[in-house]
Amino acid sequence: MFFQQLINGLTTGSAYALIALGYTMIYGILGLINFAQGEIYMCGAFVAVLLLATGKVNFITAFAAGMGSAALLGVVLERVAFRPLRGAHPLVPLISAIGASIFLQSLALLLFGPNNRPFPVQFEFHTITVGDVVISALQGAILLAALILMALLMLFVRYTRYGKAIVACALDRDTARLMGINVDRMVALTFLIGSALSGAAGIMMAIYYNATYPRMGLLPGLKAFSAAILGGVGNIPGAILGGLLLGVAESLGAGYLSSGYKDAIAFVILILVLLIRPQGILKGKGH
Amino acid sequence: MLTLKSVQAGYGRLPVLKGISLHVRAGEVVTLIGGNGAGKSTTLRAISGLLPIWRGSVEFNGLNLARLTPEKVVAQGLALVPEGRRVFATLSVNANLELGAFHRHDKKQVRRDLEEVKERFPILRDRAHQAAGTLSGGEQQILAIGRALMARPKLLMLDEPSMGLAPRMVAQVYAILRKLKADGTTILLVEQNARAALKLADRGYVIETGRIILQGPAAELQEDPEMQRAYLGKGYREVWE
Repeated sequence: MFFQQLINGLTTGSAYALIALGYTMIYGILGLINFAQGEIYMCGAFVAVLLLATGKVNFITAFAAGMGSAALLGVVLERVAFRPLRGAHPLVPLISAIGASIFLQSLALLLFGPNNRPFPVQFEFHTITVGDVVISALQGAILLAALILMALLMLFVRYTRYGKAIVACALDRDTARLMGINVDRMVALTFLIGSALSGAAGIMMAIYYNATYPRMGLLPGLKAFSAAILGGVGNIPGAILGGLLLGVAESLGAGYLSSGYKDAIAFVILILVLLIRPQGILKGKGH
Repeated sequence: MLTLKSVQAGYGRLPVLKGISLHVRAGEVVTLIGGNGAGKSTTLRAISGLLPIWRGSVEFNGLNLARLTPEKVVAQGLALVPEGRRVFATLSVNANLELGAFHRHDKKQVRRDLEEVKERFPILRDRAHQAAGTLSGGEQQILAIGRALMARPKLLMLDEPSMGLAPRMVAQVYAILRKLKADGTTILLVEQNARAALKLADRGYVIETGRIILQGPAAELQEDPEMQRAYLGKGYREVWE
């Protein structure tokens, strides 16, 4: 049972981690919590599901389109909801983010209706049984895909010119400008990447839970926010660690206590972190 | 090369520069000396585009910089070593140096320049893969200078490179500046440490509460009685002496 819950937790945790990366990167560069991250996750899932439902697109294309649309939505959001507020009191963009979140949820509700859509493609996934632990190949695939995306992100941040420029902007905006780095462009790039990752998470969870609906981003968004805080907001490895830990804690809690407490666990952790170690496990702007 | 004409600038509505005029010719080392809050750093921030200019003009090789963003100014060939070094603490020494050349697109030459900077400052080669934040203050200052050189500047601006450094490190930083001068680098040096700055510079300006109050060849400024009293500590006596 322990290992079973561990695998389940890592699967959902990898989705939290991908969304948390969006939160943490955007916080790192703008000092802003983008509460619309969950809606970007929802957007990725919807685009992929709607495209697949037409029956004309293959899975890979739909996945890429979902990620791409989420990325685009993130960039547009930054442009209309956050950039005009640069330099305003920190509460102002926060309110703008919550507004954007409500707007996008309502828009999805109008466009797609409140009903849950099952994932249009059925995958025949084998299950592997090790002892009494049942691992579905779907879980394996989700974990693997998430880990690959995270590894790509970390490589990008550490070893590419633009990755380092993003870190430089997060550390010291004025000095970054003195190097000839266009901060606005780096902020847009951060939104692009963070949102693409959230979009990917949305598609994965749409498959995993076989459910896509306008409010699907609400809870994962809030949990990923907790995960980002748990790992140390602004810290990239921290967001990954926080996401996975949160997923596992939630899953173990659901298994050993009661599944009714599942959603509460993330927020209990959030409260405990804020009380005991508000800077998170790995503090500061790491990458 | 660089000409400021009655530049006015400030923070919010508070004026700090009340009409600064100065010039730097190619190959010259010019120092801008003044106390705390005189407007030295503000002048450099205004030149580099970090601070909007209210009035007056900043001309660099015939181009008006007054409306340019910092990204564009550095592309014109002005690099600033900011006050307090401001290295990117969690990035490696190498990454810091590479970022100095961010606006350049001549990849091969950048790689050669990186080698050259590390040749010039061997400490940066030894620490190439260390996070910049783990370096000592003096080493960070050397890194900040190296990073600015990576921009291949036509004019190098330094904001108080001796600030907060041990005397031995100050000497080392000034040795570096002397070497840069000997290589023909054009330098605009802002300093509180008037003695060291005037020894290095060809010409100097003294700034007080946002205005230039004194200017001339460095040797003359060193002899100026007003200068000696106010900035070089000559004839200083406690009131009871």
